[in-house]
Amino acid sequence: MDKIRNEQLLEQIEPVKEMIQTCIQCGTCTASCPNNEFMDITPRHMWRLLLTDHAEALFASKSFTMCSSCYYCTLRCPRGLELTAAMSLLKQAASRLKLKKFQRSSLFYDAFLDSVQKHGRVKEMEFMTHYFVSLKNPVIPFGYASLGLKLLSKGKIRPEFGFGGKGKLTGLFKKVAELEGMK
Amino acid sequence: MKYLYYPGCSLEGTSVEYNISTKVLMEAVDAQLEEIEDWNCCGATAAESSSHLLSYVLPARNLALAEKMNDSKQILVPCSACYLNLKKTEVAIKKDKNFLGKINTVLAEEDLVLKGDIIVRHLLDVLSNDIDIEIIKENSQNKMSGLTIAPYYGCQCLRPFSVFDDPEDPHSMDGLIKATGADLLEWDMGAQCCGASNTTTKPEAGMELVGRILKAAQGADAILTVCPMCQMNLESSQKKISHKQGIELDIPVLFLPQFLGLAMGKIPKDVGLDLNLSNTGPLMKKAI
Repeated sequence: MDKIRNEQLLEQIEPVKEMIQTCIQCGTCTASCPNNEFMDITPRHMWRLLLTDHAEALFASKSFTMCSSCYYCTLRCPRGLELTAAMSLLKQAASRLKLKKFQRSSLFYDAFLDSVQKHGRVKEMEFMTHYFVSLKNPVIPFGYASLGLKLLSKGKIRPEFGFGGKGKLTGLFKKVAELEGMK
Repeated sequence: MKYLYYPGCSLEGTSVEYNISTKVLMEAVDAQLEEIEDWNCCGATAAESSSHLLSYVLPARNLALAEKMNDSKQILVPCSACYLNLKKTEVAIKKDKNFLGKINTVLAEEDLVLKGDIIVRHLLDVLSNDIDIEIIKENSQNKMSGLTIAPYYGCQCLRPFSVFDDPEDPHSMDGLIKATGADLLEWDMGAQCCGASNTTTKPEAGMELVGRILKAAQGADAILTVCPMCQMNLESSQKKISHKQGIELDIPVLFLPQFLGLAMGKIPKDVGLDLNLSNTGPLMKKAI
């Protein structure tokens, strides 16, 4: 898998492993997850793989990308573990490692944050266009065309595109990258 | 009552009717809103999926801007995703002063300082706890009687921070809806997930969750929401899902303040009803 070895993956997700140290494998998270039927391995199984250092198996599955942040698992976990936050950390690791199979989600988030960095706020049409271009797949955008046209006709999205230059929040983004690079 | 107002990006774009109707309703119940100057995106779920620190810095900038403005100390947020991001930052900086220090190191880039004495509140929290319900009752004169309404809360105004309602079995909308004369649909989908951005990035999963909610709402005259993401998901794919499942799932979906505004005598345009994606015609016909 992408020639990244188990140890390198483990290093990336060490903080997540620490977070879930006291997991008792009860499966309340799995039973509470609205997306569990779309996952090839369940949330409980994911925590087990993580606790037993099977990072490759964990990243061989796309389960954690299915998390829609409903926070039911976090609310109900009898050990009080912040499992939704743990899912986010796994998403962050996948994006940082540039793993190919998670590319679609990563490109979506990148396009979104690029718009925020530039304007301070999200320009929905610009960011979706940027996302579609970065996918390099001419078919996918058609699935969104009818909604896009509906929103355009209601004046809810506007075609506006920024060009280069220093973004509004570039200073903040740079400082964050600097601090996170240091740890 | 005076609140600092954080609309968030969706309320400037795809959910502009939530912005319009919130302002109209708050004025009608004698509450003042002052928009935070130069506010920025809260980071949505994108920031926390790419950087831990950034997911706190983006909301923190807004809290710092709010602290500079006036002494009302309360930020009113209609969008549940924005609310959660701002709330989690409020909670984190009040608990961990070292982390607040780290955030301030970043905010110094813009000469901002965050003290951390501000309170973030969801629109539904304010409506169900601060507002005098008699104002709604008196102005609506049971205008919505004969209608059955499905209150839909979604996730992020309820969880993980259970501030103003039961996170598993929410009822904060009940009193507001009943005050208009309408009845409540008895259902257990009010606090279930709409699939959030999975409807865009993994439609096979997202649409399934939306379909379940629409199906459970059959029998109601409308679904009410308090979140732009829920609203978009429940409204925008009704035809597609109906076609796929072979049953008619069309139903009007309104933001809570749109419905309350209409009940209190505002005309549809005043609450941005022309901007909804679902067909609100049958609801208006029955209401008048």
